[in-house]
Amino acid sequence: MLVPLSWLKDYVDIDVTPQELEEKLFSCGFEVDELIETGADIHDVVVGLVEKCEPIPDTHLHVCSVNAGEHGTFQVCCGADNVREGGKYPLALVGAQVIETAKDHMTVTGLMTIKKGKLRGIDSEGMLCSGTELGLTEELYPGAGYNGLLELPADAVPGQDVKPIVGLDEWIYNIEITANRPDCQCILGIAREVAAALNKELKMPATDYTVTGTPNEGFSVTVEAPDLCPRYIGHYVSDVKIGESPAWMKRRLALVGNNAISNIVDITNYVMKEIGQPMHAFDGNFLRGNRIIVRRAKEGEKIVTLDEKEFTLNPENLVICDSEGPVALAGIMGGLNSEIRSDTTAVTFEAAKFMRDNIRRSSRALGQSSDSSAAFSKGIYEYTTVLAMNRALHLVEELGCGRVSATHVDVNTGNSLEKREMKASVRKVNGVLGITIPDEDIIRILSGLQMEPVLNGDELTIKIPPYREDMEAYPDIAEELIRMYGYDHVKPTFLDSARVTSGGRSVRQKAELEIRKMLCGLGAYECMHYSFFSPSDLDLLRLPEDAPERKTIRILNPINEELSLMRTTLAAQMIAAVSRNQKKAILEGRLFEIGSTFYAKELPLQDYPEERTTLCAAVFGEEEDFFTLKGIAENLAELLHTSFTFEPVQKTFLHPYRGAKILRNGEEIGWLGQLSYEIQKDVDLRVPAYLMEIGLYHLEDCYGTTPFFSPLSRYPDEKRDLALVMDREITCGEVEEAIRSACRYVTDVTLFDVYEGAQILTGKKSMAFTVTFTPGEEDFGPDAVDGYVDKILRKLKYTLAIELRS
Amino acid sequence: MAEQNGLRDRLEAIRDEIRQSVRGMDSSKAAYDLRKSFLDSKKGKIGQLMKEMKNIPAEQRAEYGKSVNELKNWAQERFDELDRSLKEKEMQLRYESEKIDVTMPAVKMRPGNLHPVTLVREELIDIFAGMGFEIFEGSEVENDYYNFTALNTPQDHPARDMQDTFYLSKEFLLRTQTSSGQIHVMENSKPPIKILSPGKVFRSDDDATHSPMFSQMEGLVVDEGITLGDLKGMLDLFVQKIFGEQTTTRLRPSYFPFTEPSVEVDVSCFSCGGAGCSLCKGTGWIEVLGAGVVNRKVLENCGIDPDRYSGFAFGIGLERIAMLRYGIPNIKLLFESDIKVLKQFY
Repeated sequence: MLVPLSWLKDYVDIDVTPQELEEKLFSCGFEVDELIETGADIHDVVVGLVEKCEPIPDTHLHVCSVNAGEHGTFQVCCGADNVREGGKYPLALVGAQVIETAKDHMTVTGLMTIKKGKLRGIDSEGMLCSGTELGLTEELYPGAGYNGLLELPADAVPGQDVKPIVGLDEWIYNIEITANRPDCQCILGIAREVAAALNKELKMPATDYTVTGTPNEGFSVTVEAPDLCPRYIGHYVSDVKIGESPAWMKRRLALVGNNAISNIVDITNYVMKEIGQPMHAFDGNFLRGNRIIVRRAKEGEKIVTLDEKEFTLNPENLVICDSEGPVALAGIMGGLNSEIRSDTTAVTFEAAKFMRDNIRRSSRALGQSSDSSAAFSKGIYEYTTVLAMNRALHLVEELGCGRVSATHVDVNTGNSLEKREMKASVRKVNGVLGITIPDEDIIRILSGLQMEPVLNGDELTIKIPPYREDMEAYPDIAEELIRMYGYDHVKPTFLDSARVTSGGRSVRQKAELEIRKMLCGLGAYECMHYSFFSPSDLDLLRLPEDAPERKTIRILNPINEELSLMRTTLAAQMIAAVSRNQKKAILEGRLFEIGSTFYAKELPLQDYPEERTTLCAAVFGEEEDFFTLKGIAENLAELLHTSFTFEPVQKTFLHPYRGAKILRNGEEIGWLGQLSYEIQKDVDLRVPAYLMEIGLYHLEDCYGTTPFFSPLSRYPDEKRDLALVMDREITCGEVEEAIRSACRYVTDVTLFDVYEGAQILTGKKSMAFTVTFTPGEEDFGPDAVDGYVDKILRKLKYTLAIELRS
Repeated sequence: MAEQNGLRDRLEAIRDEIRQSVRGMDSSKAAYDLRKSFLDSKKGKIGQLMKEMKNIPAEQRAEYGKSVNELKNWAQERFDELDRSLKEKEMQLRYESEKIDVTMPAVKMRPGNLHPVTLVREELIDIFAGMGFEIFEGSEVENDYYNFTALNTPQDHPARDMQDTFYLSKEFLLRTQTSSGQIHVMENSKPPIKILSPGKVFRSDDDATHSPMFSQMEGLVVDEGITLGDLKGMLDLFVQKIFGEQTTTRLRPSYFPFTEPSVEVDVSCFSCGGAGCSLCKGTGWIEVLGAGVVNRKVLENCGIDPDRYSGFAFGIGLERIAMLRYGIPNIKLLFESDIKVLKQFY
């Protein structure tokens, strides 16, 4: 919210610098996003009195002699059409900085520094300025909108700094207001806080007026939905003369970002900025039936708002109606039909409290918003309705734009606007903070906040102003005290009263960390990708329509389609990561991610979905192949004291003959393989990538298992190499399994060579294995191992038709 | 006498011959052969002299033997010397022939490393686990009640504007804060409670400085007599461990629906020490987390007696800590999985 310092000073005597005030606001809970100095870009511009002004022949220029008081008298060439002898204008001295404009003299293009120059051969020392060149507009200073020199007042003293004269010495605070303090969404609200923080008195804006207008006989207000509108005040003003607002009001509205429209409308906007209460003015002659009805809209009822948009309403929307139909969308925007026009002669002002949640919902549902709806959505306290109406009527009188009548209707549900009492134990209040704030400071602070504190032993009684509905219990008092007393008074303690607890990671958290570290040890970098992905990711993987991965949970309001589905696999984003790296010419690497995939029990979502902790790894580069990745999988198994088996599998995104499913105890826990060439092409991979995905949630039962020592044999192992010839289709795994099952002393079977070619029959291959025999309690006898080998060979021949290679 | 002179001359001749041939010798193999040609007991020249001993008259034999032995010892020393020097020379040559360019690249054996956010998360877990915090990881999909209502942010509350929420259904959403974990824990346990709740959170915000997904870590302590001072004490300790011993904290008022009072916590800038620099935008302070005393309504919502127990909670943005700590300029770098980026956090 924008708060001009000069406006704030109407209500508080501020005797600190703008920067000190910023600090004060910051420390009591109002962070200043930006402190803007309006004339910051302008310097060395003074009042210049044109003493002589002669036209330069054959040009539109004049050469002037400009008196700049103490700075001297300068010869300045000027092209403006309103320069004249005796006029006083802003003179930018040599070295001054002003706003640079384009050829049209109106379009701002940047900043410029004034240098000595020559125009048509005539020396010019300085520049006489327009309002635009000082960064002013017509609203900020009358006459500043003219495309020519800015006329300064007759009493301006030559040589005087021009900035204070034209209001360029203003400071504007852009303050962030937290959601609990809607009462501070206005200048007066901030003024209350400043007064408390600086220990100053708060001067309330004038709200008096005299009834001189013609009453509006028979005017009535009916509130049919008091649950949505607990208070509605209407007041009739006659003899209205629509015109421009005075310069001071236009300037203030401009400083806080409002356009001036007309005196009556400006009054409502001014009051909202000042007091925080959104107001509305209806053309008093237009209200049909001379009545206002506040009710829920009828189903299908229509309204055209001031911005000429039509809305179809329903009973969730609150409307202000006359006897014929809606004239305003309550709290959001007035209707076009009752708008203030240049020929309006009477108005009815509205100051009402509409319920926060309803305005919020309506505004969102209709997609229509305004400063008013924004204020109501943050919360407007009923207290301000009365204050704001009186202030608006005062301003009508002050501006002389109408006569305040006696026609005043106040419909309310009887809510008290008085202060409410709260009692609290000082010990408890201090207990929240862990320190003891001295009683006199408690009294000082709460008095400054208009809470009229009374301290009686431990019992603190305060009266909470009606604009502080956020105050609910003693911790709120603690917060009020400490933000004014200063958070630097809080003394660090270390849980003096808390009991000891045992902490630490769970078994699962420990295991997952171990897995991450193990993967890092194998040269992989950990990645983190979003939990949502794109429908196109599923297409990239060529997943069939009925694939479980396609049963995704959709985000109802995604940022965009690419981030619209909760992911059911980590692979797509991992492929994208590999692709990004390869595009940056990183042609080898190992990556992994541990994250969740999301599977709904049913769609649409009725219950929490399953969040499956999943590991995805990718390897790519010259040195990588299926088996390096498989090695990573087996390392994982070893880390968890378990083992995996691998079976060929066809996946839509993998190489048809280089893919495997990963099994543990017969249960499929994941897959690995080479990414298909189609996808490799889709994502522009220069070198093949190998991917693996394992559902870690399948492995939780092996987390935290302790290795158990197996005694070593006292006798050395025996090793035998066996070169075997077999059908091409027989897998290494089958042979290995057959060898192991043939003899219980076999503790390891390692493939060390595969051969296909001239020395072997077509359709056959040779595989050579080293088989390790480990003795048990007794050493092997001289020929025992040969016997085991015979047994193995017999079994191989019998079950798989495998022969020893001759 | 003449014979004696003859012997002396013969011995002297052999000495000269040895001296001559040793001088030009440059390989230990040739030196070995040379040694043999003199010292071999059968074929060597000195060996021959020894063999002739039996032909020497008995009275001269002792003298003869002595002279030949002297020659033999002398020769052996010469050849040993030669051997040593040649071996030395040859070793030197070998070393020289094996010279390498030590600036050539190392053989790659570097492990990968954890993600910077994981590094920060695990470090924070270690710090707080040491203080007795248990680690609770909630789910990323949460329902409206736990994410908002139980945290004193009912439907249509303006505080909901503070966080743009991704909805999955009317009831379910992607959690906007790990604070939702507070409620699950407090509903299911009795004080004393000390919980640390790390996890991913989601807000519908995607621009240069915001990512729609980021990581938070919520801390919660509930017991009798817990105060704002305890929060400050714990945070002081924590920031000193993370940012260095000399780091201090500053609390300033803020607002969160689930804490009262609520504070933003700034740390003294660890880059400039508080003097003002580009990292702290000249203020000397860096905002690192939000915290506060647990709102009584939140305790009540969880069935904990707010008149008996009190607590504090704090929420830390892990990406923010990682970015500050490692000087990462852009949050998006954390999600791009660029190996050149990732490998810098070993």
